[in-house]
Amino acid sequence: MVEPLLALDDLAVHFKVGSALAGGVRTLKAVDGVTLDVKPGECLGLVGESGCGKSTLALAIMGLIPPTHGHIRLDGVDLSQRQRLETARTVQMVFQDPYASLNPRQTVRRTLADPLRLHGVTDRAEVEIRVKDMMDRVGLRPEQADRYPHEFSGGQRQRIGIARALILKPRLVICDEPVSALDVSIRAQIINLLLELKDEMGLAYIMISHDLGVVEHVSDRVAVMYLGRIVEQGGWQEIFENPRHPYTRALIAAIPDPFHRAVVSARAKAKGEIASALNPPPGCHFHPRCPLKAERCTVEVPALDAVAVDHRAACHFRERTD
Amino acid sequence: MSDPLLQVDALRIALAGNRTTYNAVEEVSFEIGRGEAFGLVGESGCGKSITALAIMGLLRRPLSLAGGRIVLDGEEIQDASAAEMRRLRGKRIAMIFQEPMTALNPLSPVGKQIAEMFVLHEGMGWNEAMDRAEEALRQVRVPSPERRIRDYPHQLSGGMRQRVMIAIALACSPELLVADEPTTALDVTVQAEIIDLMAELCAAKGTAILMISHDLGLVANMCRRVAVMYAGRIVEAQPADAIFAAPRHPYTRGLINSLPRLGERSRRGRQKLQEIAGTVPSIAGYPAGCRFNPRCPEATEVCLTVSPEATPLPADGLVRCHHHG
Repeated sequence: MVEPLLALDDLAVHFKVGSALAGGVRTLKAVDGVTLDVKPGECLGLVGESGCGKSTLALAIMGLIPPTHGHIRLDGVDLSQRQRLETARTVQMVFQDPYASLNPRQTVRRTLADPLRLHGVTDRAEVEIRVKDMMDRVGLRPEQADRYPHEFSGGQRQRIGIARALILKPRLVICDEPVSALDVSIRAQIINLLLELKDEMGLAYIMISHDLGVVEHVSDRVAVMYLGRIVEQGGWQEIFENPRHPYTRALIAAIPDPFHRAVVSARAKAKGEIASALNPPPGCHFHPRCPLKAERCTVEVPALDAVAVDHRAACHFRERTD
Repeated sequence: MSDPLLQVDALRIALAGNRTTYNAVEEVSFEIGRGEAFGLVGESGCGKSITALAIMGLLRRPLSLAGGRIVLDGEEIQDASAAEMRRLRGKRIAMIFQEPMTALNPLSPVGKQIAEMFVLHEGMGWNEAMDRAEEALRQVRVPSPERRIRDYPHQLSGGMRQRVMIAIALACSPELLVADEPTTALDVTVQAEIIDLMAELCAAKGTAILMISHDLGLVANMCRRVAVMYAGRIVEAQPADAIFAAPRHPYTRGLINSLPRLGERSRRGRQKLQEIAGTVPSIAGYPAGCRFNPRCPEATEVCLTVSPEATPLPADGLVRCHHHG
């Protein structure tokens, strides 16, 4: 068995919100007991709607938010035991909004060269070569190196964001909605680029997206999150062809498929809206919206148990396929 | 189409720049029948939203109507006065915006914002109007509407706010509902519910829908006919089924083929996505001839210089391409 590159073990990130004076301090469980791993060269699709904790999970893996409890291990070593710079050379991130995530006062060259210098590449010629090479790989012309972000279109800016993430040759890249801020006609370019780079550089990805079409296209394995917990995970084909959690089925049912009009059974659809993470429903968090809801779901948290090889679902009715 | 509800004819919208004036939208023509759902699809900046604003009479500087006709039920409204438009808006044509938080008044309870429609357009007293508002909230399936009418927008979730927007828009049973990206700010499972709700209520009231979105799949599911806009012009219009089965414009084809479709990987394995080369042109840099030519795999000499005319297709369709074959 391949050693996981990244292993999350019962990871939780809780935030205190409110003040003792105004209504009391409450705990927001953004991530609540997540166990996951990512193997080298693998793409894990992380799916969920806003507020489910997927971005908090990403920031915790980047070491930007300390976990409340549980462990994040990179190459078997806990994040808290690792050198900050060493972690940065292993894990990098591509952000959703290429307009907000680039420094408007830095040229592309500076954006790409700074991390190299910080990580000890001081030889000017080498910095120059690596910057040029990286620009070339992401489809930017090296002569554009002295331009500023505002001189580029959205798609090109995302290429700069990708180049910045890859310049240190990381092994894991967290892509947080990398195409959802881009024009529809540009998305295919960026998705193709990410997949090419993955093969060329042997990268592992955590692909965070709410677009199931994109997730199915790029992922080797998929994890579905709902209100801080993983509700289903497994190989991409298992998840998309044999989803066992009603929430996963609702997500798939909600995608308008232009080629097969409105064939979705009303039964698969989720009712109502996502509860607040401050006050999640007891038992299974999904039960108020669930078509399969029973008494048990309102009190007992379902475990994330196996339904098939490499396929787990946290539902009391995981064996039901209707 | 005989006797359409809305007729937009050779619409031109000007954008005043510092030195020059640009045509943000030009030669845009389409018709919407009574009770019909019509989709207008395009990427950001293609002019779809300002087309909607023009219909609503809401263009403001630096945008202005520079030509063409907008005919509602046989009556030209492009030159209507502000007072006339105020009487139309809400009563006969209504609009839902993308971001319900900014479209609702944060200082007024939602019930009052709905009731206002009945007071303004149907001359009701406030007491009766508030009862009707409660009923309207019930129709859009807001739970416990008797309590919710006193809530302010910030007390509601995004999906609930969009339901309130729908309740306001449909309060007076308008003939046309303009929905500009009504679900883009919502989560996917909530989006599905809102779309179903909108379609169902409009069908019940006989309201036609002009659905504006960047999501071709969403629009095709909901609308009978779809028009695709690119760089200020409609490049193709066809019945929704036909546009997917046989897209005639290279841009439409590119859009359809470039998106990963659910189930495709299971059926055929992972194929490289077909890319549309280049980037969307900015309004100051629209290319000569066909505006898609720098990105088009089929562009020839003529495309670089001559702007293609609209070629009619069956079922009131059109395609604007020299090589639509």
